[in-house]
Amino acid sequence: MTALLAPSTLARPRLPRWAPVVVAVAALAVAGLISLLFGWSWIALLVVAGLLYVFALPLWSRVLEGPRAATDRLMTHLVWGSFVVVCVPLLWLLILVVQKGAPVINGHFLTTSMRGVIGSMPGGILHALQGTIVVTLAASIIAVPIGLMTAIYLIEYGRGGRLARVITFLVDVMTGIPSIVAGLFALALLVMFFGPAFRAGIGGAIALALLMIPTVVRSAEEMLRLVPSDLREASYALGVPKWRTIVKVVLPTAIGGIVTGIVLAISRVIGETAPLLVTAGYNDSMNGNLFSGRMTTLPVYIFNQYKTPGATPLGAHAADPPGYARAWGAALVLIVIVMILNIIARIIGKIFAPRY
Amino acid sequence: MAKSIDITDLDIYYGDFKAVEGVNMTIKAKAVTAFIGPSGCGKSTFLRSLNRMHEVIPGARVEGKVTVDGQSLYDSAIDPVEVRRRIGMVFQRPNPFPTMSIYENVLAGNRLNAKRMPKATADTIVEKSLRGANLWNEVKDRLGKPGMGLSGGQQQRLCIARAIAVEPEVLLMDEPCSALDPISTAAIEDLIHELKSDYTIVIVTHNMQQAARVSDDTGFFNLKAAGQPGHLVEFNPTKTMFTTPDNPDTEAYISGRFG
Amino acid sequence: MSLTASPEQTPTGPPESDSGSPARRSARLGDRIFAGAALGAGLLIMVVLAGVFIFLLIQGVPGLSVDPSTYGQGFDNFWSYVAPLLFGTIFISILALIVAVPFALAVALFISHYAPRRLATPVAYVIDLLAAVPSVVYGLWGGRALAQALKPVINWLGDYLNWIPLFKGPASPNGQTALTAALVLGVMILPIITAISREVFAQTPRLNEEAAIGLGATRWEVIRLAVLPYAKSGVIAGIMLGLGRALGETMAVTMVYSSSPKFTLNIIGDTSPQTIAANIANNYSEATPDKQHVLIAAGLVLFAFTFAVNFIARWAIGRGERNLAR
Ligand SMILES: Nc1ncnc2c1ncn2[C@@H]1O[C@H](COP(=O)(O)OP(=O)(O)OP(=O)(O)O)[C@@H](O)[C@H]1O
Ligand SMILES: [Mg+2]
Repeated sequence: MTALLAPSTLARPRLPRWAPVVVAVAALAVAGLISLLFGWSWIALLVVAGLLYVFALPLWSRVLEGPRAATDRLMTHLVWGSFVVVCVPLLWLLILVVQKGAPVINGHFLTTSMRGVIGSMPGGILHALQGTIVVTLAASIIAVPIGLMTAIYLIEYGRGGRLARVITFLVDVMTGIPSIVAGLFALALLVMFFGPAFRAGIGGAIALALLMIPTVVRSAEEMLRLVPSDLREASYALGVPKWRTIVKVVLPTAIGGIVTGIVLAISRVIGETAPLLVTAGYNDSMNGNLFSGRMTTLPVYIFNQYKTPGATPLGAHAADPPGYARAWGAALVLIVIVMILNIIARIIGKIFAPRY
Repeated sequence: MAKSIDITDLDIYYGDFKAVEGVNMTIKAKAVTAFIGPSGCGKSTFLRSLNRMHEVIPGARVEGKVTVDGQSLYDSAIDPVEVRRRIGMVFQRPNPFPTMSIYENVLAGNRLNAKRMPKATADTIVEKSLRGANLWNEVKDRLGKPGMGLSGGQQQRLCIARAIAVEPEVLLMDEPCSALDPISTAAIEDLIHELKSDYTIVIVTHNMQQAARVSDDTGFFNLKAAGQPGHLVEFNPTKTMFTTPDNPDTEAYISGRFG
Repeated sequence: MSLTASPEQTPTGPPESDSGSPARRSARLGDRIFAGAALGAGLLIMVVLAGVFIFLLIQGVPGLSVDPSTYGQGFDNFWSYVAPLLFGTIFISILALIVAVPFALAVALFISHYAPRRLATPVAYVIDLLAAVPSVVYGLWGGRALAQALKPVINWLGDYLNWIPLFKGPASPNGQTALTAALVLGVMILPIITAISREVFAQTPRLNEEAAIGLGATRWEVIRLAVLPYAKSGVIAGIMLGLGRALGETMAVTMVYSSSPKFTLNIIGDTSPQTIAANIANNYSEATPDKQHVLIAAGLVLFAFTFAVNFIARWAIGRGERNLAR
């Protein structure tokens, strides 16, 4: 059993340490030359240079180190390259929203509605902020008790039973409901009772609640499961009834994680557009009444400004019609809200991190 | 061709933690070398530094020299992938690839270098390796079945077959029998005896009788104190170790008078 | 209905004692009410889901047989109306998958196997951030910035690759095309595919990876031998969940390109195949009651379809878990 096929040395020709640098410089130079010739933009230059680099080094490696090492290098390059490429849209989007949105935001923008605003008159998002807060609050009031009690049922009462399994499955199904279908459901419900033209914030709240429930159930379930059963048993041993054990011992232990889950669920639905579009509609003025009249939310406001941006003011240098500017401003506000919610969730999660 | 390994002044680190210190020894070709010592003294760490498996752990590194056939393993010109192919390894727990058949498991290493090989060649390699691992008779009728379907002892022998299928020069075994019953253990010990004629074998074991039964040389590793690096206390022919050891600690450990 | 979930059925229930003191009795009552509320919430979820289905059915079925003029020109019944929409939905979603899957898997591998450990955690967080951006913001970005940036690419495709049916052209002058929408959708579904894949990649038993390393496998060969086969069903499940999300996504599609219900493979032209969700969002406002029924019926079709996709995904996850448990 001698190693006849393999060469008797462990040393293999390997690319020198400086090879990547040389190839990178060469790739940049070649791409630079080409783009000078054809008058490309710097983006095209970077793309071409990147592609050259990703494939040139493995090619060299293939000649020197053999196909296996070359494949390994190529895959490493592709994986790193993909990561870089994926970062592009995220950075682009965030930078753009800040760049375009920040100049729009001022006291006026945050404290007026669009009532009576025409053309490029300054308008604001106050009514949309109000609508978002009212609808999301209402959705949470519906979804949190249902979601939490369901999770309690699944963990404390139904454990592994058939009903619990069915409910778990249905919660999974709910996770996959497209948001527009949730909106249509709320619409169908309202239309049945109040006629085809009925639009109000409550419809949006119902749709959002439908989207929130599975997230709340899932996270609460996870957290309740983490509560050690000795804790429950210790309480039972003291003669405390089961429901008081759950309320006084189990829930407080898991409260951090549960709240984190709820905040994350809110941050997810607060950006929903489609279900609100079909149920709550759009409105220029303030409306705090959940049960009557159309109610604008921030995402719908963005959509509306985007769809009907208005005409570019005459003589203005800005190429953008006023609606686009408002849309970017509102988008920045929305993203900031979502990020703040995410950070809050993280902080709560950290503070109440289970310590048992 | 079986090779001998020379180790000089080897220190092994996990990040800042020095796990093994100042090892010097020569592992003879076509012989079985056993390492014994209390848990945590760095036997596995040392073994894994012999085929550069150690360095796949982030932050892990070595200082000193390991020489195989005159070539320093940790030289910059050395390809670690090639080192691991030539110095095969069998692990404490059997680990056949769960999605592969017995047949494909044996060939897994060969397929890395030759994606397509003639069916006849492949069949020859599989049969030869499985025979070499004393498993052929038990599995020859179900080569297409998943490797995970075998018993623990059979799985471990499958892993040995997989390791010898690429015809390595050295075979490292880290407690290969610790997850097995006495009968499977005996089968593997027999196998080690047979493999000795073709391979250099290094085996880590907690079983003193096993070391005495299978090995030609034995190294005893120990810790000075908890948190201190492990070191080689004594390295001698097994006979000497188990009858007249040089070091009183060795005698204490072997005779079981040890904490 | 009896409150089936009384404590004596559960393993962790409190010791039952039969002292008839008033305190005991009130405790028992509290237990019953609480257990009832928990059970009620669970049952409510069943009722709500059934309700979703039933209401969509009640309001949607009339949409199957309204006056043909309601469907719009060229459609004489519901199915001829919804067929191109379903086609568009699947077509755009598959394009999005083609964009997203390679990158999602690569980034998942990056996090689980390639990135230095100090980088892996923040990268995973950044990818989650990508999922947190509201879809209307993606729509805004896609319809304005990305469309603008893609103009030269789309022109180039229309000029040089127009022999491929996808790029038949004539190229849309404003960059707001189905191709743009597919890219935006791809970015939107990438996080979910990445999140699930990286989890299964990270769960590969260390033992199997070491087996591959010990045989002299390069890093990529380790992944091919030990990681990918192990993770297959989990990855498929992640892809299906991503597909489910793409099928139902509304805003990114509605905002990025103008579309109409028709069969065409051309994704760089001025009118491209419409998705069900976009069709609903485009028409809900001026909808007559009849048209509203039609839209709800279309929504029902979407629901049924996404349900099937998600069901397959869950099934794949379950199967994967069973396989791994062996
Ligand atoms: N991946 C690792 N990272 C950091 N330290 C490690 C790692 N693996 C092992 N160690 C440390 O290195 C030392 C030696 O460990 P090693 O596994 O080599 O011991 P061992 O002699 O094989 O023990 P056993 O007989 O129990 O297998 C121990 O102190 C251990 O804690
Ligand atoms: Mg060990």
